[in-house]
Amino acid sequence: MIRSEILRDIAPVISEHLVVCNIGLPSQELHSIDDQPTNFYMLGTMGLSSSIGLGLALAQDKKVISIDGDGSVLTNFGTLPTIANNVADNFILLIIDNGSYGSTGDQPTYAGKKTSLTDVARACGCDNVIECQAEETKDVLQAALASNQMTIIVSKCESGNIKIPVITMDPVEIRSRFMKAVQA
Amino acid sequence: MSVSEKIVSDLVANNVNFVTTVPCKQLAGVIDAIDASDDIYHIPSNKEDEGMGLCAGAFMGGKRPAIIMQNTAIGVTINTLVTLTQYYRMPLPMIISYRGELGEPVACQVEMAVHTKALLNQLHIPTYHFHQEEDVNELDAILKHSFMCNKPVAILTDATFWKGY
Repeated sequence: MIRSEILRDIAPVISEHLVVCNIGLPSQELHSIDDQPTNFYMLGTMGLSSSIGLGLALAQDKKVISIDGDGSVLTNFGTLPTIANNVADNFILLIIDNGSYGSTGDQPTYAGKKTSLTDVARACGCDNVIECQAEETKDVLQAALASNQMTIIVSKCESGNIKIPVITMDPVEIRSRFMKAVQA
Repeated sequence: MSVSEKIVSDLVANNVNFVTTVPCKQLAGVIDAIDASDDIYHIPSNKEDEGMGLCAGAFMGGKRPAIIMQNTAIGVTINTLVTLTQYYRMPLPMIISYRGELGEPVACQVEMAVHTKALLNQLHIPTYHFHQEEDVNELDAILKHSFMCNKPVAILTDATFWKGY
């Protein structure tokens, strides 16, 4: 399974929750598969999906799922200790770990080599860290949502992209629509 | 009331209730007062761009955020300021320790100080420079301004304002 297949698989599970989606192809794929006002698409700023999601989860009570990538977590490694030490039980960080920088041409990441993001997250103090295979992601995510505990999921999948158009929606519209969904 | 207490009192009066900080010796008193405040959720961040991500999320969740950092962070956060805070039109008061100004003992700090205002100007970020202690009286209006116009604003506080190191 590649990332877009995971997104297609989990779309029914995440559609009723607040989702902060990583820059580039992940946002473009989610936008194309199941555009929702509850989706915040990042159009720039690689690495901050988990930070935006944690801030959002700490600010209000609705469940928040940050969809991130292994490359983006590597870019913003400082996020994991911050998450570990500021527990928000309405927050789930889903790291889709395909071992490559998908949006820039599938260059390999260190997470696809010797570095285990699962081990790093645990070493940073995160309490509920679950590594799963791509096919298990939907079930693991559902269980994490039901647990009402902050959870980090590392979903190991294959590298690969689908042809998809860029998001042309205005950023202020994305933000305004999302904030109305947060308040609804 | 100390200057640090006055700053935190103005934050609280403006319902700024989510503050991320990156440590600085000059701002240590402000950081302590934020941490002690029952009205503010204080979340230290490891890098300033991470902190701006936290603030963006908190703002969309209904909080009023602010960031406390050094001017060196302007070099770290330009992409985040432009593609997140400004692009999505979000408010963000940035209370900044203006290292490298008169009285600075560390020569390397001057290297970033000489670029600080030029970078903020290039980014079209409203910038206020606190040099004398009474300049702090403008903070209340600056905070209101940031949340009125949904823009990041920079408040540069130098060594003279803090009465040295």
